[in-house]
Parts: sequence; C-alpha cells; structure tokens
Amino acid sequence: MPKERVGLVSEIPPGSNKVVTVRGREIAVFNVGGDFHALLNRCPHEGAKLSRGIIVGLPESEVPGCYQLSRPGEILRCPWHGWEFDLRTGKSHCDPQGLFTRQYKTSVERETSPDSCGDAGLTAETFPVIVEEAVVLVEV
Amino acid sequence: MTSVIESPSAGAVTKVDAGIIDCDVHPLPKDSKSLYPYLARSWQEHSEQFGTHLRQPFINTTQYPRTAPLICRRDAWPPAGGPPGSDLAFMQQQHLDPFHILKAILIPLFGNVASERNQDFARALATAHNDWQVAEWLDRDARLRASLVVTQDDPVAAVKEIERCARDGRFVQIMLAPRSSEPLGRRRYWPIYEAAQAYGLPLGIHSYGIGGHASTGGGWPSFYMEEHYATTMGGPAVMSSMVMEGVFEEFPALKVVLVEIGFAWVPSFAWRLDRLWERLGDEVPHLTRPPSDYIRKNFWYTTQPMEEPAKPEALRRCFDWLGWDRLLFSTDYPHWDQDDPSYAFKVKLSPAERKQICRGNAENLYRF
Repeated sequence: MPKERVGLVSEIPPGSNKVVTVRGREIAVFNVGGDFHALLNRCPHEGAKLSRGIIVGLPESEVPGCYQLSRPGEILRCPWHGWEFDLRTGKSHCDPQGLFTRQYKTSVERETSPDSCGDAGLTAETFPVIVEEAVVLVEV
Repeated sequence: MTSVIESPSAGAVTKVDAGIIDCDVHPLPKDSKSLYPYLARSWQEHSEQFGTHLRQPFINTTQYPRTAPLICRRDAWPPAGGPPGSDLAFMQQQHLDPFHILKAILIPLFGNVASERNQDFARALATAHNDWQVAEWLDRDARLRASLVVTQDDPVAAVKEIERCARDGRFVQIMLAPRSSEPLGRRRYWPIYEAAQAYGLPLGIHSYGIGGHASTGGGWPSFYMEEHYATTMGGPAVMSSMVMEGVFEEFPALKVVLVEIGFAWVPSFAWRLDRLWERLGDEVPHLTRPPSDYIRKNFWYTTQPMEEPAKPEALRRCFDWLGWDRLLFSTDYPHWDQDDPSYAFKVKLSPAERKQICRGNAENLYRF
C-alpha cells in the first residue's frame, strides 16, 4: 500500500493527533507515548470525528471498592456518546468484535532533503548539508 | 490537531431530506450575565449578592461535568467562544443546516427556574428567559421555536406569563419540570393547564437530573449512569398523577409532551394501570375511561435517547403500542447523548414512517 506523508514527528506530540485526508478518507494519527497509531476518523457508532475525542486511561476493578487506572493515554473516548476505543487496535473496549474503527499502519522514517549545495558559479567553497527529520507516514 | 467543523454524517441526511423537526434543542447563555438585559437591575444585583436558591441537593456535584464538560458533545464548543448551544451561527452550521432542520424547539434548562424557591426571583427569571429566547434566538432564525418558561410553583404568576407570551405564536409549548413540588396532577397546578388548553399550548415536560426529590423512589443514586436512566422515573410519576387526579377529564384537550423521558416504559405502565382500574376504579370514580385511553389520547413522547433493543425490530411493536402518531423526533443537541437523525433509528423504517416521526407528528401537534 502506498505510504502517505502525515507530518513531522515534532508536529504531533504525545497525546495529540493530526488528521490527514487521503483519497477522500479522513484519517486521524495519534501519538500514543511516542508510538503512532492511525484510525479512520469516524466513530463506528454514529459517525463522530474521533479526532475530537479525549484521551483517557482504562479504569479497572477486580472487586467493588478497588480501582486502578491502567493503560493511561491509550484509550480514546468518542466526543459524542463516549464509546471507548483502544488506540492501539481501533477496537471498542466493551464490544471489541462488534464495534471497531478501521486501523492503518504507520511508520516513522527519516526524510532527507539536500540543502542548497551551492552553485558552480560561486567562488567560495561550500559544503553539502543534509537536513534529516523524522516524518510520520501512514499506509492507505 | 484539526479544527475543521463539519457534520460527520452530512452525506447521510438524504434519508430525511424532506426536512426534520427537532423537538429538543438546548440553548445556553454565553455567560452568567447574558440574561441581564432582560432582568431588572434589582434582580441583577440580587443574582450577584444572593444567587439562586434551588430545590436541589448536591449543588456542586450535579452541575457537571457529567461524562463531558457541561454534559455536551466535545465538538460542540463554538470556535468563537462560549459554551455549547450559546452561538446561533455555530448551531446553524453544525446542526440546523446539515440536518435540514425545518423547525427546532428550544428548551432552556440552564436556569432551572422551576426549582427556584424565591418566587419573585423565579418570576423575573422566567420572564427574562422568555424575552431572551425571543430576542436572541427566535428573531434571528425563523426555524426556531421556544418553550415558555413559567414558575410552576406559582401558578398565578405562571398564567400571567403565559398570557404575556402566548400572543407571540412562536412559543409552542409550556415548559414544566417533572420532579415538581407535588405530583403534577395535583389541583394547585390546574390553572396552568386551564391556560394551556385555552391557548392550545402543549405542556413540554423535560426530564432533568436535578430537583428537590430524589431521582429514584429509593433515594439518590451513586452514579451518573444510574441517574441518567433514573431521570425517566419522573415520567410515570407525571403520567399516573395527571391521569388519576382527573386532569384530562377536566381538560380533555390538554396535550402533554414527555421530553427525554423515554417511551418504552409506557406500554407496560398503561397495561398495569388498566388492570388496576378494572378492580379499583371505584376509588377514582371521576375517571370515565381506562387509564390507557387518556394516555393514548393526551400524551406524546420525544425520541431521544432512542430506545435500542437488542433486536431492533422489537421497537416497531413498541411504536404500535404507543401509537406511531405519538412519537416526536428529537436530538437533544448539543448534549453528549444526542441522537444523530441519520443513525438514531436502528430499526428499518419506511420513508413514510420516518417522515411521520421526524416531521409529520410534530407538524400536527404544534400546528406548524
């Protein structure tokens, strides 16, 4: 699948997301503690934009009265009805088989762009400079 | 982060492209002083020095957040500032336009006027709410209609306010709170019903998470999830009281809309009342017909939050029992649990059925 450029890693700090439109499809790319996860930007329940949701953890309890928060920052809560999705899988927490949003593969690669290496006509001695920046890509 | 605002389902509205009527939209003032232009100076000062005095416990806990700030959709905060529901232009852009909304009925819950104990302040607030709706909403968008805010614990003042506002035909119902000081069938409230019938204005009774009485018969619940459902328990209380006290014998043309109180509970409740009436009818000899007759004739229901049985087809039987002409589509915009008209019905409806619920029934009831 072709890889589409999402943006520089520095543009999407942990806990945030960036939305890109690829061939008419909105994809939200989330930075989850340094890992990038891409989901179709549409809640499978009623179509809200998941990019407008909030990032939370997963409160768990083995017995009433005993609570702990696990997986902080890994759960997305839909901005409308509060459906919770695992950012790492796109599946809803309470109905993972029945309600999930499409997930896309991401990768981080170095993008190199040669700086102006000088002009043959210039007399001063120049040196080639390579600017290397990490970019996020999504396979759609 | 994206800041693009658009309806996520704009492509799906063709299903209801004849246009819909939304019977539950909540406007909010921009800030605590937004009603000041409609309040006398003395009440402005009262508001700042003494504030409200509500029949309401848990004063700092019920007032939000309830799963989401101001219980609203997280994407409904206007880019220009202010809380959700406070910016007409944004409401038009996000809600009224994309869903082809022909008419939207405003229900201003925020002031909780029905719970205000200071009756004179309540009267001033009711008037301010009504004038605010006219000036800042009705006059600025011809699709909007208002609910008439009244002091239900002071029926004399309520009737005066109805008389003052009813001349403006854009007030389409009288708003009452279900968890009232006394059950709503009690005679102290009848002057309001007399005026409602005389002006042909339905009562719009909206569920509310707060009020002087606990939301369940067993007391206050612990969790929002319980409370969200418990707000519907005001429905049977309103219905049985109004039927049993004989409100509809006295005011046969009175129309009652239960807003956001659910509807799937109604059939079994009516069955039970009918059976009891067969055996205990002598206790209420003023009732000339089985309770279900009054319920079938005098009550309507808004749809949100839509009932979603595991087998969606079961909803059709519920509609059969209630009467298909009794259901009024509503979104509850901008609250978090709103129903999107494109997705609200998990059951398959014919275009005629959809049109009846999303538009026709409201046109008939509110005479649009």
